[in-house]
Amino acid sequence: MSVEILSRIQFALTVSFHFLYPPMTIGLGMLLVIMEGLYLKTKNPLFHQLAHFWTKIFGLIFAIGVATGIVMEFEFGTNWAAYSRFVGDIFGSALAAEGIFAFFLESGFLALLLFGWDKVGPKTHFFATCMVCLGSHFSAIWILIANSWMQTPAGFHLERITGAIHTRLPNSYIVQASDLGHVRAVVDNFWAMIGNPSSLNRICHVVFGAWLVGAFLVMSICAWYLLKGRFTTFARTSMTVAACFAAFTTVLQSISADSTARGVVRTQPIKLASMEGIYETHDYTPMTLFGYVDTKNQTVHGPQIPALLSFLCFHNFKQPVQGLLSMPSDEFLAARNPGLSPEELAKIRPNYWPVVGAVFQTYHLMICIGSAVFGLSFLALTLLWRGWLFKTENPLIRFLLWIYVFAVIAPQICMQAGWFTAEMGRQPWIVYNMLKTSDGLSRAVQANQVVFSIILFALIYILLFVTFIYLLNSKIQHGPDDDEGHHTKAIGASSDASEIAEDLFSRKGRASHQE
Amino acid sequence: MHHIQHIPLLNSIWFLLVGILLTGYAILDGFDFGVGILHLFVKKDEDRRILLNSIGPVWDGNEVWLVTGGGALFAAFPDAYATVFSGFYNAFMLLLVALIFRAVAIEFRSKESSTLWRKSWDIAFSTGSFLAALLIGVAMGNITRGIHLDAQGDYIGNFLDLLNPYSLLLGITVVALFAMHGSIFLVLKTEGELQSTIKGWVPRLIALFLILFLSFNAATFFECPDLVTTMIKRPYGFAVLALDIAAAISIGLMVKRGYEFGAFLMSALTMVLLMAVLGISYFPNIVVSMPDPANSLTIVNAASSHKTLGYMFIIACIGVPIVLAYTVSIYWIFRGKTRLGHVGY
Repeated sequence: MSVEILSRIQFALTVSFHFLYPPMTIGLGMLLVIMEGLYLKTKNPLFHQLAHFWTKIFGLIFAIGVATGIVMEFEFGTNWAAYSRFVGDIFGSALAAEGIFAFFLESGFLALLLFGWDKVGPKTHFFATCMVCLGSHFSAIWILIANSWMQTPAGFHLERITGAIHTRLPNSYIVQASDLGHVRAVVDNFWAMIGNPSSLNRICHVVFGAWLVGAFLVMSICAWYLLKGRFTTFARTSMTVAACFAAFTTVLQSISADSTARGVVRTQPIKLASMEGIYETHDYTPMTLFGYVDTKNQTVHGPQIPALLSFLCFHNFKQPVQGLLSMPSDEFLAARNPGLSPEELAKIRPNYWPVVGAVFQTYHLMICIGSAVFGLSFLALTLLWRGWLFKTENPLIRFLLWIYVFAVIAPQICMQAGWFTAEMGRQPWIVYNMLKTSDGLSRAVQANQVVFSIILFALIYILLFVTFIYLLNSKIQHGPDDDEGHHTKAIGASSDASEIAEDLFSRKGRASHQE
Repeated sequence: MHHIQHIPLLNSIWFLLVGILLTGYAILDGFDFGVGILHLFVKKDEDRRILLNSIGPVWDGNEVWLVTGGGALFAAFPDAYATVFSGFYNAFMLLLVALIFRAVAIEFRSKESSTLWRKSWDIAFSTGSFLAALLIGVAMGNITRGIHLDAQGDYIGNFLDLLNPYSLLLGITVVALFAMHGSIFLVLKTEGELQSTIKGWVPRLIALFLILFLSFNAATFFECPDLVTTMIKRPYGFAVLALDIAAAISIGLMVKRGYEFGAFLMSALTMVLLMAVLGISYFPNIVVSMPDPANSLTIVNAASSHKTLGYMFIIACIGVPIVLAYTVSIYWIFRGKTRLGHVGY
């Protein structure tokens, strides 16, 4: 296998494994802020118990996120040196800003969050929790700004370096493989770079996804406690908080998903056409619910809803979604392949598409599982509203709670599938329409070195994952502590905790009624 | 690129800032590594837990100095970042493995009571810390000595070339330095029997470090003639070097008199001055090419645009004071002796 394929496999492996953990800490971080905030507001020790238990889970997840995250910081340089030289001026600054504004914040205050319960007062501890949560959000924001710049570059120009002379290149300049090492992207406008056309959409989409990951993690563990009849007061309260948060996030995520799809069709139409396997351009473009792409005959098989894609992309049923057969444009192709006839250009056009079948599948996986996540969030809220969610003697509710136990992987699948869609959909470019992935590699690195590191990471990550699941399980089995002073009081004081949960919920209900 | 007429101020500032970040990393994660290196020499389970908890609240934040140092190098000198990270591929992969094991071992170790479990993670923690310290030293040794670069600034040697005696000597010196630094840190954080055991190690570790440190300086004299030439042109560098050796010797004297906190500060100062000497003899290079010095990367030819250096400087001016403020506060909150409680490892 080539260094390119191997380096891509390694990046996919390390980033996917890493990306299991930060969404959990981002989502759980929000819930910790809510739980601890409720404790400060109500002074009900039950919320203290909630915050304390979920902090322990948070600590375990965070440790693996940190351990696997440092790989990512190094990997641009180790495997993608040519890319790093080309974009360092822009991409490097986003990473450095992430270090200064995000990593220091979360890791610094994590000390107080995990070990500071007896060292600082409740208000200071709450402040630390907020800072950890903020830090993990900043981290998501900066890395998504960096990645979004790769998807929709903005606020820069290209320059050629010959000796000590830097020459500004025109906007239309096409980077050749022979330019590498001499041509690079240089920032023009920092704010335009940060606010590139896809940044905001993608930040919101990923952050809301992470919130759902956190909420479903809490719901899963609580559903299991309820089914086993253990720590029921604790589980009901946690689940109430998590279910409300999930339903709230679902509303935000629907808005964000809509905005993201309309953004992609504007900024990366080839990616969007690949997501749906659209080859020809027709009015009333349909959307396929699920199925597969027959890339040979350039058609899609599966149930379709007419005009839905047009509507989702443009809020207009008629406007056609541009198909792959006319993208990229002849001008774009001719500029990069001078001297070819229109027929020859049409023949090489597919070289500028991603692997359509794969992008279609990951996208549809995200959509299908994502719809289930939305449904489960609202179902939980409705059952809570009706007071049915905790009726564990009812077989139907028991069945449903089992679904929530396993649904913990659903938002995780969405995050991964969505990320694969975004990254595979950008191919063959590492910087969209500017630098090819195959041109971004390290010249100093050989295939056997990458094979060695892939095997190394694969073995370590299997070990880490098994250990993580084992320790997570033992923390869940152990459950929240109630042997410490204030926790004993907590259980005693909240014998009617289900009422607290209902009260909390109905207070929210009243608030929304008043609106 | 040997005779650079004009070095813009911002480039020099970023040379200094990257140096500060890496020095901060060495000082802070240095004692974490030191604790890790010494971990297996402490036998009782309770004592090992005290060791882990002494760095428990802070190791994670300390590691961020490396991440941010890497990010700053990427942002300010992308060519140096690309050259070093791709050139030292195997070494950095091993460093990553070491850092991963170190991190998860701290987190996992005390979560189960079985002896096998704890022993395995103890070994992972200690080996990871030792290997990380060694690799950081070897990498620094190669940077000091110079590595073989082609005209495009890519490394054209192999992994074994990096394991030359000079760089290995610095590797072992860094292990000894961190072990010494960590032992002094532990004297500050422990009490009773454990503290007196560790106190017994401190003079020996200081002696070991001093011997290695002086041998390393002697080796540099023969191995890196270019650095010596630069130092002769900048004679104040020798004053800094003399101060550095004095600081290293004073660590021993302070420990003898019982000024442990002073000794810890001197140990940190030794690292600062060590990096200062390297900086003085290295400036304005950032990766020296050997045997083709013409291919060296400097803070001018490897730098980002003036605009980016300026933006990043503003970011550093906003971010760094805030970071320092809460880092100091957190160290202050967790000051004093480490005792085992219901939260911790």
